[in-house]
Amino acid sequence: MTLFFLAPFLLAPLLPLLDRWFGNKAGWLIACVPILIGIYYGDLWWSLPAGEERTSVSWAWAPQLGLRLTLMIDGLGLFFVLLITAVGALVSIYASGYLAGHDRLGRFHAYMMFFMGAMLGIVLAGNLLTLYMCWELTSLASFLLIGFDNERREARAAATQALVTTAVGGLCLLAGFVLLGLAADSFELTDVLARKDAIQRHGSYPAIVVLVLIGAFTKSAQFPFHFWLPNAMEAPTPVSAYLHSATMVKAGIFLVARLTPALGGTPLWAGTLTTVGAVTMFVGAYLAFFEHDLKGVLAYLTINVLGTLMMLLGFGTPLAVQAAMVYLVAHALYKGALFLVAGIVDHATGTRDLRKMAGLIRRLPLTGAVALAAALSMAGVAPTFGYVAKEVFLDAVWHAPFVPILLTVVSVVSSILLVAGAGRVGIGPFFGRPTQDECDPPGMTMQVAPLVLAVAGVVTGLAPQTLMGPLLGPALEPIAGEPVKMYLTLWHGVGVPFVLSLVVLAAGIACYIVRGSLQRHLAGSLAVARWGPAKWYEWSLAGLYWVADWQTRMLQPGRLPRYVFVTSSVLLLLTIEEIVLRGGLREHYPGIDVRPHEAFAAVLIPAAALVAAASRSRLASVAALGVVGYGVAWLFSIFSAPDLAATQIVIESLTVILFVLAFARLPKYTLASSPRRRLRDALLAGAVGIVLTLLLLQATHEPHPPPISEWYVEHSVPAAHGRNIVNVILVDFRALDTLGEITVLATAAIGVWMLVRLSAQAPAKREGYE
Amino acid sequence: MNLVTVLPIVIPLVTAIVSLFAWRSLRVQRWISLAGAAGLLGSAVALLVAVRAGGIQATQIGDWPAPYGITFVADHLTATMVLLAGIIGMAVVPYSCASVDREQEEAAYHPLLHVLLMGVCGAFLTGDLFNLYVWFEVMLISSFVLMGLGGRRPQLEGALKYVALNLIASFIFLVSVGLLYAAVGTLNMADLATRVPDLDRGIATSLAMSFLVAFGVKAAVFPLFFWLPASYHTQPAAVAAIFAGLLTKVGVYAMFRVFTLVFVLRDVGATQTLLLVLSMLTMVTGVLGAVAQNELRRLLSFHIISQIGYMVVALALFTPLSIAAGVFFVAHNTLAKSTLFLVSGVVERRRGTYDLDRLGGTYRESPWLALLFALPALALAGIPPLSGFVAKLEIVQAGLEADAYIAVATALAVSLLTLFSMSKIWNAVFWQPPPASEPPPRRPPAGERWLMECPTAVMAAFTVVVGLAAGPLFGWTQAAADELLGPFGPSGYVERVLGEQR
Repeated sequence: MTLFFLAPFLLAPLLPLLDRWFGNKAGWLIACVPILIGIYYGDLWWSLPAGEERTSVSWAWAPQLGLRLTLMIDGLGLFFVLLITAVGALVSIYASGYLAGHDRLGRFHAYMMFFMGAMLGIVLAGNLLTLYMCWELTSLASFLLIGFDNERREARAAATQALVTTAVGGLCLLAGFVLLGLAADSFELTDVLARKDAIQRHGSYPAIVVLVLIGAFTKSAQFPFHFWLPNAMEAPTPVSAYLHSATMVKAGIFLVARLTPALGGTPLWAGTLTTVGAVTMFVGAYLAFFEHDLKGVLAYLTINVLGTLMMLLGFGTPLAVQAAMVYLVAHALYKGALFLVAGIVDHATGTRDLRKMAGLIRRLPLTGAVALAAALSMAGVAPTFGYVAKEVFLDAVWHAPFVPILLTVVSVVSSILLVAGAGRVGIGPFFGRPTQDECDPPGMTMQVAPLVLAVAGVVTGLAPQTLMGPLLGPALEPIAGEPVKMYLTLWHGVGVPFVLSLVVLAAGIACYIVRGSLQRHLAGSLAVARWGPAKWYEWSLAGLYWVADWQTRMLQPGRLPRYVFVTSSVLLLLTIEEIVLRGGLREHYPGIDVRPHEAFAAVLIPAAALVAAASRSRLASVAALGVVGYGVAWLFSIFSAPDLAATQIVIESLTVILFVLAFARLPKYTLASSPRRRLRDALLAGAVGIVLTLLLLQATHEPHPPPISEWYVEHSVPAAHGRNIVNVILVDFRALDTLGEITVLATAAIGVWMLVRLSAQAPAKREGYE
Repeated sequence: MNLVTVLPIVIPLVTAIVSLFAWRSLRVQRWISLAGAAGLLGSAVALLVAVRAGGIQATQIGDWPAPYGITFVADHLTATMVLLAGIIGMAVVPYSCASVDREQEEAAYHPLLHVLLMGVCGAFLTGDLFNLYVWFEVMLISSFVLMGLGGRRPQLEGALKYVALNLIASFIFLVSVGLLYAAVGTLNMADLATRVPDLDRGIATSLAMSFLVAFGVKAAVFPLFFWLPASYHTQPAAVAAIFAGLLTKVGVYAMFRVFTLVFVLRDVGATQTLLLVLSMLTMVTGVLGAVAQNELRRLLSFHIISQIGYMVVALALFTPLSIAAGVFFVAHNTLAKSTLFLVSGVVERRRGTYDLDRLGGTYRESPWLALLFALPALALAGIPPLSGFVAKLEIVQAGLEADAYIAVATALAVSLLTLFSMSKIWNAVFWQPPPASEPPPRRPPAGERWLMECPTAVMAAFTVVVGLAAGPLFGWTQAAADELLGPFGPSGYVERVLGEQR
């Protein structure tokens, strides 16, 4: 299984070569890959005992984290595998024709193959994190494919929008999966599915449901995340047919189906799915009615169907689950065909505007027939598979576990709009008086795929149980958790679903006929849609930029004094609390007895520092700083470190002299800050100094074991043969510190040398901005 | 004397000195520099092997017994960090030869680079708090001079802000070390670990806070990160890559070390909560800063800050899993981040600009370069199966296990924004057609391409390898976490350093 899992990923980078060698024939070759993969998995599953799944851990990736590459095949998985590989094979043939002559066709095939591998990974995953990985990879493939035509701004924007929206869901899904894994104590799907009670009793169950469903909703374009899907129609049409209709957008449906045994059966689960699904179903159908772009109509109708599927899975009854799967197949067949037709029409006429198309059947007879057959299936007209699906769907809604009447009404209204939509895309463009004279007939490579899909839609409708039963039955079992009795037939007898079906059809046709005036009359209602989720995305993007700009201007204004002020304030805030409020002022500091010559330094140093800060003359400041230094030297000599004091005096003197020498070349002294700001800075500096002093006073009076300095005193002469302890520490005990400091000095010397060398160069070079 | 623990500073030091003497010939300097980088990488590998085989390695420098002399200690954390420094050094040296201005390269570029590496490795290896300060100084001065080498006004301006703020941090660090010495009378970190628990809690917390500020500046944590966006974007890509990969990580490393060994984070008052809050703010402000940028290097610089937040959040959670996650994250991020800067340099050599509005068309011209960018960029955004995904997964798991829901939500939201801003770069640099006003891209000569793109490609490959080899590597970071936290605190480290004195 591992090899077949990896095959698409490994083959993908090779496809550009294949394309170079075989040109337009490459599509046929590439189509063999999904076919072989489908056959392999089919065979694998067929050899299993009925109702069992097969799991194999391919690779213990990071087992400490529960991260394993586990694959699992069961009826549900196989059902999706066959869907993915079959449509994948057809689309790759079609794509060679659609993009014939495109200079990056090879790369296109590679991305599609990459996507297929990821999509197969989702449906075959036996581990939550494996599933997540493939989930993110499909988002990535989708990004690359939507933006395939990357030189167009719209394509880039749509790609980013789809990426961001699905990434929101992806991250929620990750959090949800980790919580789920922690609740179930395993990330293996077989464990998770078997531990329903433990999961549903767990405190984080509501969070898990919400997070996982957000993941599913973004991927499957449910309201309010649906807006990315119509925009994704910027992608080349084969991508729309494959990713954004037949497969990727079904990943959310698959996820919900897959996790139903573990998470389903609660009001939270069922309620959320039903509500969101029903709203999406209606919104999709309604918006489709006002769309004039051929692919746009198809995209909104896809949203409608995805909503329907979510709602049906939310019911959770065996009948509803069965309806969902049947409906899913029907949709994949007719919608795939219609998208591919849309591509042909676009190619042939150069437009996708429905208002500009009519009478195309004379120029594109085969395509027109295909479109008609697919549209009939979409409208649920017998004897297509779409009819079978619509019957089960209405039956399931009529028997919904809660608010059946309301749901039936919503479903019927949506279905009416769906029928009208079928008419607009399947009939409108092909009949009536032709509007276009010029028309490029499509090549054979582009005709095959839609033809096969449309024929399949009709044939499976004629004998649904025989053709689809063996596939659909086992697919239902893992969702329902028990073997499901299923019988599909074209003729259900005259029941409520049949009557509803007739109503839908009649009303839908009526709707189609008066579409023009209906659109005009109801156009006002679209104002609501204009403030819908697509707008929210725009607003949040604009808001994000605004907040980002604002906070960056606030935080990073580019002024050094501000940075120093903030850094010092943070130091003050973090240390003041413990020291002053809790410790410092409460305790008094014992043993502070100051002798006069110490007090002299204690007064001199701060006074000189104040002068240095307050003075408006550079010379005075530097001189005052020198006094501070001499004061420190004074302290050193008091505490019996004469050589340190001597060093300090030399350094201070040199510093002052160098400063004074440099002054000659400096510009005139100016006061850059306002008096208020200087007062503020002075207060801060004083406070930091006081807090550090308090801290020091307290630290020095902490009782502790003998300090390491005592050891230095003892060992200086016997072990290191030196009488000056400071020197011995510097060059022997802690010689490494000295090595480091020497390095610092040498490096600084290099820096100075470099600056000097630089100043010898032309000033123009120095001032130059790149 | 355990040679493997000191080689990572001896080799760069010798390289720096020797190459300084070869200042007359850039060619000779380059070869010495390359040999030095290879030697450092080799010694880092040897160190890692020694630690994997024999546990924590300790060397008393000059054979003065701990805690009186200076001790060099290498545990899993140290060995990992030194290895990262070795890898970055090895990638940056050849890259520099083709990309840094000749004039700048002749101005002691190679010696300074190795002094920087020496400072970085010294900081990772030392077991002495004051000695750590010394290595910080070495890093600071060498990075400062490297920054100024170009000598252009924006560079000097950036370098000035950099050095001013970092000197303040060094001052705070030094004062804190002094106060700590005054309070407990020792500098050796292992010895400190035995003495600090007896210290008054109030003063221990205050000292922990002041160390937090000092390391916070170095690590570029909110609200102390000003120096980073002010200076990094003025650097040549090679320098920015090494700074981005290593400098802030030294601050993070110091936090990991000090807050597990000297001040055990959960014992010092509100520090843990504070750190958690700061880390979240770091993630958010960093990524928002990135979103606001329109220049490639500035954008990447702000991302450094945001990613530091993830490492600090891992420390703040303070569980064995989170510490391991933090170490893994540091490794992943060092590699991915440096790679992105390297890629930005390759783009700049072709187009002559870092301005997103003026770039474009690279996807058509060089799909290869697009791949080199995509791997680390996606890794940074945490897309599986790359290194960042495993790092993110670890942090999410650790956070959810510790019930830190807000922190996890923040981390995930920030990773969304990271992905968003990476897609912004992708759109601008690779997908959009270049503005018509731009001159056609420069075609770099083959030699330059080899020198720049090979190291970049190897680095990009690391993001894949680290992701795929996450199992064993995570085991390794778990060993690091065990040493840091251990069942009874960091006693293994202390025993190894103080040995028989205990």
